[in-house]
This record gives sequence, C-alpha cells and structure tokens, in this order.
Amino acid sequence: MRNLFISAVASLALGTGAAFALGAEGHEGSIVDVAFSFEGPFGTYDEAQLRRGFQVFNEVCASCHGMKYVPIRSLGDEGGPAIPADQLRDYAATLSIIDKESGEERPRIPADMFPTVAGDGMGPDLSVIAKGRAGFHGPYGLGINQLLKGMGGAEYIYSVLVGYEEAPACAPDDAEGYYNVAFTAGGVPDACKDAKGVSTVAGTWIAMPQMITDDVVTYADGTPASAHQVAEDISAFLMWAAEPKLAARKQAGFIAVLMLTLLSVLLYFSNKQLWAPHKGKKTA
Amino acid sequence: MSGIPHDHYEPRTGIEKWLHKRLPIVALAYDTLMIPTPKNLNWWWIWGIVLAFCLVLQLVTGIVLAMHFTPHVDLAFASVEHIMRNVNGGHMLRYIHANGGSLFFFAVYIHIFRGLYYGSYKAPREVTWILGMLIYVAMMASAFLGYVLPWGQMSFWAATVITGLFGAIPWIGEAIQTWLLGGPSVDNATLNRFFSLHYLVPMILVALVAIHIWAFHSTGNSNPTGVEVRRTSKAEAEKDTLPFWPYFVIKDLFALAVILVAFFAVVGFMPNFLGHPDNYIPGNPLVTPIHIVPEWYFLPFYAILRAFTSDVWVVMLVEWVTFGVVGAKFFGVIAMFGSLIVLALAPWLDTSKVRSGRYRPMFKWWFWLLVLDFVVLTWAGAQSTDGIYAYISLIASTYWFAYFLVILPVLGLIEKPLTPVATIEEDFNAHYGAKSHPAE
Repeated sequence: MRNLFISAVASLALGTGAAFALGAEGHEGSIVDVAFSFEGPFGTYDEAQLRRGFQVFNEVCASCHGMKYVPIRSLGDEGGPAIPADQLRDYAATLSIIDKESGEERPRIPADMFPTVAGDGMGPDLSVIAKGRAGFHGPYGLGINQLLKGMGGAEYIYSVLVGYEEAPACAPDDAEGYYNVAFTAGGVPDACKDAKGVSTVAGTWIAMPQMITDDVVTYADGTPASAHQVAEDISAFLMWAAEPKLAARKQAGFIAVLMLTLLSVLLYFSNKQLWAPHKGKKTA
Repeated sequence: MSGIPHDHYEPRTGIEKWLHKRLPIVALAYDTLMIPTPKNLNWWWIWGIVLAFCLVLQLVTGIVLAMHFTPHVDLAFASVEHIMRNVNGGHMLRYIHANGGSLFFFAVYIHIFRGLYYGSYKAPREVTWILGMLIYVAMMASAFLGYVLPWGQMSFWAATVITGLFGAIPWIGEAIQTWLLGGPSVDNATLNRFFSLHYLVPMILVALVAIHIWAFHSTGNSNPTGVEVRRTSKAEAEKDTLPFWPYFVIKDLFALAVILVAFFAVVGFMPNFLGHPDNYIPGNPLVTPIHIVPEWYFLPFYAILRAFTSDVWVVMLVEWVTFGVVGAKFFGVIAMFGSLIVLALAPWLDTSKVRSGRYRPMFKWWFWLLVLDFVVLTWAGAQSTDGIYAYISLIASTYWFAYFLVILPVLGLIEKPLTPVATIEEDFNAHYGAKSHPAE
C-alpha cells in the first residue's frame, strides 16, 4: 500500500510541472529566491560549486535517481564541473553497464551516459529536472519572478530540499510521505482539507524523505556542508546537468546582440542617407 | 507584373537576350524587386520582411535539426537532448527554431492587425488577405505539429487535446480522429506522421507566401492613407512611389536588425521563457498534466474554444435546437474555427467606403478595443477555467465575434469618415516635406 502511494505521488510529481503556482492551488511563496552565479545575462556556473554539487549527487542522490541523458564525459567540460580526465575515467569505472553489443556487464567509460535508475521507490530522472520544474510563473502567471529575479528550476529544487518541516497538527500520525512546504504536487491527508476539499496547509506530502541535512557530505574542498550549502550546490549542479551549454549560449547571444546592434546603426544611417534626397523640409 | 506603370527589364548583352528569350527569369526578379511602392509606407509595413525572414530561418534551422532528430516515441525526447548536448551548436539551433516560432507569430499578429487597421484587406486586395489567412492557418498547423515532436508532456497532451477537437464532430468525429492519429490514441504512428507533415506544411507555406506576394504585387501595396497610387502614366506614378529596391529593402532590413537584437536577447538569455517547463518531462500517456496549456500564440483561440461552456445560454439554445447534436464541446470547436473564419471574411463584412482607419474616427476606438481584446484572450487562455476567468473569456470571445459580425458592418453605415488626402504624394510631403528642387 505504501509503495502504491509513493508511486502515485511520484508519478503525480513527474507529471505536474506546472501545478506549483498556477492559479489558486499554487503556494509559490514557499519557493525561495537564491542568488545563483548562473543568473542574469552574464552569469556562468561556479566550477567549484558544480564539483561540490556533483559530490552530493554521487553520494546522496544517485542511489535513487538516474541521469540518463547526461554523458559522463561532460563532467570534464570547461565551464561545467571541469573534472580532470583521469578522475573522470576512475569515476566512470565505478559504474557498470550492460554492453549493447556483447550483452555483458562492463565498467562504464566517460562516453557512456550516467545510469538509468528506475523502478519501485526510485525517483524521477534528474537529467533535465531543473528545466522541467521551472513552472512557477509568479503573480497571475506572467512569469514575473522568472523574468526579474531569475527564479527557475534551481530555486525550486533548492526550496524542496530545504522545505521539510514538522507535519502540521491536522495530519494523522500515519500520513504517507513527508510534509514539505515547497512541494505542491503531492497529496494532502483528508484531515488537512476543509469542507470543500481544499487544503488548509501550505505545501503537500512528498514521497522522498528528507535527504539533505547538515554535514550529509564532507566536501573535498573543505567548504562547511550546512544543509543550505548542500542544497544550493546540488541545485546548481542539476541546473548545469539540464543546461550544460548555458555559458556558450549566453556568449553567442551576447555577440549576436552586439553585432546586430552595430548592423542596426549602420543600416539606420544608410537608410537615412538613402531617403534624404526624397525628403525635404516639412511643409505643414 | 504590377498594374502600376514602371520601367521593365530590358536584356542588353547577348547572353541576357539569349536567356530572356528562353526563360524571362531575370525579368521576373527585376520586376519583383523594382516594384513601385507607395513612398508613404510607415513602420507598420516592415513586418512582411520579418515574416519572410522567419520562414527562411525556420526552414534552415529545421532542416538541420531534422538531421539529428529521431521520430520514435522511445527516442524522440532523447534525440532532442542529444541535439542540446552533443550536436555542434545544436542547443542554439534548437532554441532559435523554438523561439523563431514565437517571433513568427508575433510578427504575423502585428501584420494582421496592421491590415485590419489600414483596411488593407478591402477591394481589390481580398485575395491577398485570403491567402494571408491560409498562410496563418498553415503556420498554426506547422507550429502545432512541430511542438509535438520533442515528445514532452505538453507535446503529448497537446496532440491528444487538439486531435480531440476533431473527435468532437458529431457522428464522423471519432473516425477522423483515429485517422489523424493513425490509431486509437497518440502513439508512435502519430509522432511519425506529425514529423512528416511538419516537414511538408512549410513547403506549402513557401508556395502560399509566393502567391501572397504575387497577389499584392498585382494590385500594388496598400498604404497608410488607403488612397491608391496614381497610375495613368509613369510620371504620375513616380510621384507617389519609389522602387522597392533599394528604398524599402534597406528600410526593412534596418527594422529587421532591430527586431533581431531583441530576438537574440531572448534566445541567448531566456530561451525557455516562452516555452512550457512540462515539455522537459518525457511524454507519459498515464499522467495527465493538471493544466494543459498551448504555446502563447495559440492562447487567444484556446480561450475562445474553452469560453463556451454548457451553462452559456447560447450553447444551451443551440444544443436544444439541434436535438443535442451540437453540444458544448462541438460548439467550442465551431467557435474557435469560426473566430478565424470571421477574420477571413473581414473584406466583405466591412461596409465602409473609406479604406484606412486613419480617416475613421469611430472605427479607431473599436479597433483598439479589438487589440486589447486579443491581449485579454491571450492572457485568459493561460488561466484556469473557473470563476472570474470563465466570464472574462466569454466576454472577450463575444467581443471578437461582435467586432466582425456587428461592428464592422454597422460602422460603415453610421460613421461619418474624414476626407482622405487626395494623393500619396500629398501625404508623404505633409509628413516628410517636399523634395527640395534646386531650381526654386
């Protein structure tokens, strides 16, 4: 029964990216704005933060979550975690895969993908979750928070990871799942609903237990691993996993804007000169 | 080509004469490019070039994307991620293609509303207008088909909902829906045919655009005064016009460059802002998203589709009169397609003898109310269907129909329009001053 509930919640969570804050049922107030380094037109990933985030992914998340669209080799990318090639090979070798051609199990190589993790009690794939969970759009669904504060999926992930709280008094002791103020795609016990069936509490119950606590990992770079630090790091890492080409994209966008602005100026004066002989002083 | 008298191409060299005798293709290009264009065209006339650019942009990026995309339910989502991660420049190509669709529709809406304000649709340009409407419908078909291809949650459910519209047709609907989907539900057959059609429809678009251009090159461009170019002699026509090349090409390219600055800012800095996050969740037939929302450019018509619920008296009346054949769902579908049909019929619904809205004091107010109405419908289409949103959608939808079916015909009869300027030259001189003659 518990498994059934968990998979129900999990599948609901999978399918309801937009639910968090659209209209009446949203509780977007519980999504916290974090000043990530990759926000804004010139923001890039913080390589040290991505490496810490990768450590969290590897030690905490990977037991229940896969990342099947992300090639392991991309961990070595500049502007990403930039993990050295030898370390990458060692890491890949700790994971196994059934070889497509031989049908036999072998260690992974950097060209392979991160593992696929699926099945009972396992969580959703994390490859693009930071983009798939960017669906809270601010007041009246106009995307104001996203536009002005740069709030997106990374903020959502962070908020869920630190959003575990003591269950409200209305909840029965045997409520399935874990109470989370940032998660709005899960279920709510009937005892916490009013006569119309509307929830009286912020957030919902999530199938994933609280995994991020103070010192859940010991960072290789010596950064103190407070729960907030860990949550920020893994959120940043998952944003990178979802959008590894972010820096290249912003650069290309910026150069395009610059060049086209220049072209606009040139065309403006060309146009003015071209038309000048046909325009005179205003008669009216 | 154009009815306005102007210089035509004369082959001079031997090889030009040789080719001209066999295929007058240079003459065609020359006449197309040198068409006399009313010299008083304002900045609202630049969107045609933007649209032509969008079409080429979508074709070029789309053809390359198709080289890396796999139309299979198990592989489509992964192949899009492959494009985003492994294909050189693939992430830019995809974001340009996705946002290019938005620019395409943004431009077409301004282009359409420009036509509505300046009465560009009126005689003798009805065929241009109808072709434009066909282009618009083909654009919508193409955008919808393309949106399904990444096979995310919104792709899958958009396909389910939109083909479901056809399923609402009485008696034959279900058969049509099955035929469209290639099976009882959205599945691999659907994805495959949508990919094929997403490649086909743009080819039809290219042909329609060519005929659209041909049509208004035959009548000559409309212009802000709605007054026709004088065409009794070449000398007179030249007082009202300048050749398209170089005057309007450079002007339009300047506008295009400015618009592309904004476009690339969106692509570079917020490429997913206009998309729906749920489309980064692989399509899953077992999980229905709580809100199925189309892309922003479909929202006005989505709002009209949803506005006519079974508790609206018109819907109840129609259901009663048709013995229940036309229920609320089918009524919504009729309303949605009807909203496009009334738009296409504008040339025959508008009874005013004055073409341009500039000289129609009452029309102006109703027109800007229609623009506001369109914005409200766009917004309402993204909201839930309960409470106040249902009323707003219904009122806004009603105004859309009222504008075309009541206001346009009646205004032409009761309104006292101002007297338009006599010639385009007069209008141009009033705005920009007369050409200074050295002799004076």
